[in-house]
Amino acid sequence: MTVAVLEAPVVHHARRSELAYLLATAARSRRGALGLGLTLLVVVIAIIGPFVAPHSPTEFVTSPFAPPSPGVLLGGDSLGRDVLSRVLSGGWQLLLVAAAATALGVTVGAVAGIAAAYLSGWRDSAIMRVSDVILAFPQLVFALLMVSVVGPNVVLLVLAVGFSHAPQVARVLRATALDVSERDFVKAVQITGVKPTKVMRLEILPNLVSPLMVEIGLRMAYSIVIIAGLSFIGFGLQPPSPNWGSMINENRIGVTLNSWGTTVPCLLLAVLCVGLNTFTDAVARAALGTDRADRLLLTEALGESEGVTA
Amino acid sequence: MTTHMSTQTVTPTASRRSHPLRSMLLKRSAQGVVTLLVVSMLVFWATQLLPGNAANAVLGKSATPATLAALEEHLGLSKPVIVQYWSWLSGLLTGNPGSSLINGDPVGVVVSGRILNSAFLLVVAGVIGTAIAVSAGMLAASRRDRAFDHTSSITALVVTALPEFVVAVVLILIFSTQVFKILPATSPINPGSPPWQQPTLLVLPIITLIIVIVPYMFRMVRAVTIETLESDYVQTARLKGLSEPEILLRHVLPNIVPASVQAVGLTILYLAGGVVVVEVVFNYPGVGQGLVQAVATRDIPVIQFLVMLLAAFYVAVNIGADFATLVATPKRRVTR
Repeated sequence: MTVAVLEAPVVHHARRSELAYLLATAARSRRGALGLGLTLLVVVIAIIGPFVAPHSPTEFVTSPFAPPSPGVLLGGDSLGRDVLSRVLSGGWQLLLVAAAATALGVTVGAVAGIAAAYLSGWRDSAIMRVSDVILAFPQLVFALLMVSVVGPNVVLLVLAVGFSHAPQVARVLRATALDVSERDFVKAVQITGVKPTKVMRLEILPNLVSPLMVEIGLRMAYSIVIIAGLSFIGFGLQPPSPNWGSMINENRIGVTLNSWGTTVPCLLLAVLCVGLNTFTDAVARAALGTDRADRLLLTEALGESEGVTA
Repeated sequence: MTTHMSTQTVTPTASRRSHPLRSMLLKRSAQGVVTLLVVSMLVFWATQLLPGNAANAVLGKSATPATLAALEEHLGLSKPVIVQYWSWLSGLLTGNPGSSLINGDPVGVVVSGRILNSAFLLVVAGVIGTAIAVSAGMLAASRRDRAFDHTSSITALVVTALPEFVVAVVLILIFSTQVFKILPATSPINPGSPPWQQPTLLVLPIITLIIVIVPYMFRMVRAVTIETLESDYVQTARLKGLSEPEILLRHVLPNIVPASVQAVGLTILYLAGGVVVVEVVFNYPGVGQGLVQAVATRDIPVIQFLVMLLAAFYVAVNIGADFATLVATPKRRVTR
């Protein structure tokens, strides 16, 4: 009804390899290769960073906002800790929490969306009304509300961000799953009396690989933006362990003395988000072709509301 | 010879008796009210009843069982849940949302200036951003695959991915601290006077918001314009010998309105969340910064009010955008 509906591409190959096929096609395109490269660059820094950091990220090695010097290559941060070491150690936690929130949000959203589409009737309405309630909060505000109740902690962060993704994922997948459930092969299996959960898992889900891939990419990028943003305003990942979002906020007051503590985390976050979005765009193009991918990404981007396309 | 090629989607006649529109509006409004009611229960339940209630929040570590009990009594926390919820909800609806736990001022006094400030920021950024996005989007589509299209599309793809606070901080680096030193790095506008009297303080927050919202609207406008340009009636208009600008203005523009309205609606929704971080970066006294401060100080009545305000805004914009889309798409409101 609302989203440009994704049909599964004509399958020239076994179902299981659709995922591999999509990723490979995307990675071979110029856009996709660039996006993947940028993403991997930052991910590798985040993963091996803690092992190659010259200092402990919480050790005081110089004076606050000290300019770069030998041994403290990017200078000191707001408390005189080594900026380089904090940059190197400040990515993995962010990525891990974002990945967990994405996994939770996409899983819950996909299950809800597919169930709503296939079960239809009152269960469909119930699922969609519940998601309306969550959709009434801007994502960041939803997380802020939960933080205000429980106080900032990692599990809460994953739950808050994950659940705020779920309704948007559900809407997109519901629209696509509706289309798939109407097809003959699903009807045929249905007639033989197979249990609904089995039909959804074995017949419908495999046909939703491309929208799922696009959702995972988009949601991962949003998770990073939201979690880094929450950390930036002080309600996400908590000090003293470093993360790029908090670092930008801690160090921006001293930016005229030593700008590295602000600029490097900004750059890494920017490269990561641009890389992820570009690669996701390439995946959507591989699945759909350029124009429909544009349209789809746009309607999905913010969790489309009813009545998008005329 | 002024046959309107676009009549198939812009005929207003068939829809004089626009019952579908009214019933849609009624149905969605009713749904919206129910949604908000559930949201209010959720917000109330979360902020009031979970461990660490208002009394705890006010007294903090200095709480003793006796003072806690006294304050709970004073705040009405010892009454049954339903009674508490009802007095809160009816207060909210009758314009009496309680008082700040921090300084005892009525919530209305605390937030009214902030609402004006945020609204001003949203409206200015929204209007300028929409104008830029629509014109650039149509231009890019009409020069598809040429230099302008490529540069603007790639720029949009890159910028759309950036977190708001990164954009804001980079702008501060460029215009306030490192490169040029021409604009203030923070925007703590004077609460006594309206924001438009302090324009230099508004430049960077507004530019940040524009940069954040334009790419999405641009991509949407470009995509629908391309679709429209490939339609039969535009081909006919071309064959008739209309110039390209004429086609864009007279035949394409009316037909991309529904999708653009939807894009603007989604952008406003996005802004309702995005403005929080931007206000914090610039220390701009708006709703978002107020919410963050209230969360930091656990000022529960203010949190409750602002969250409900944002949720109501969200629901209203959603309905408004869908309504406007229907109004701009006669075909849809007739076939319903």
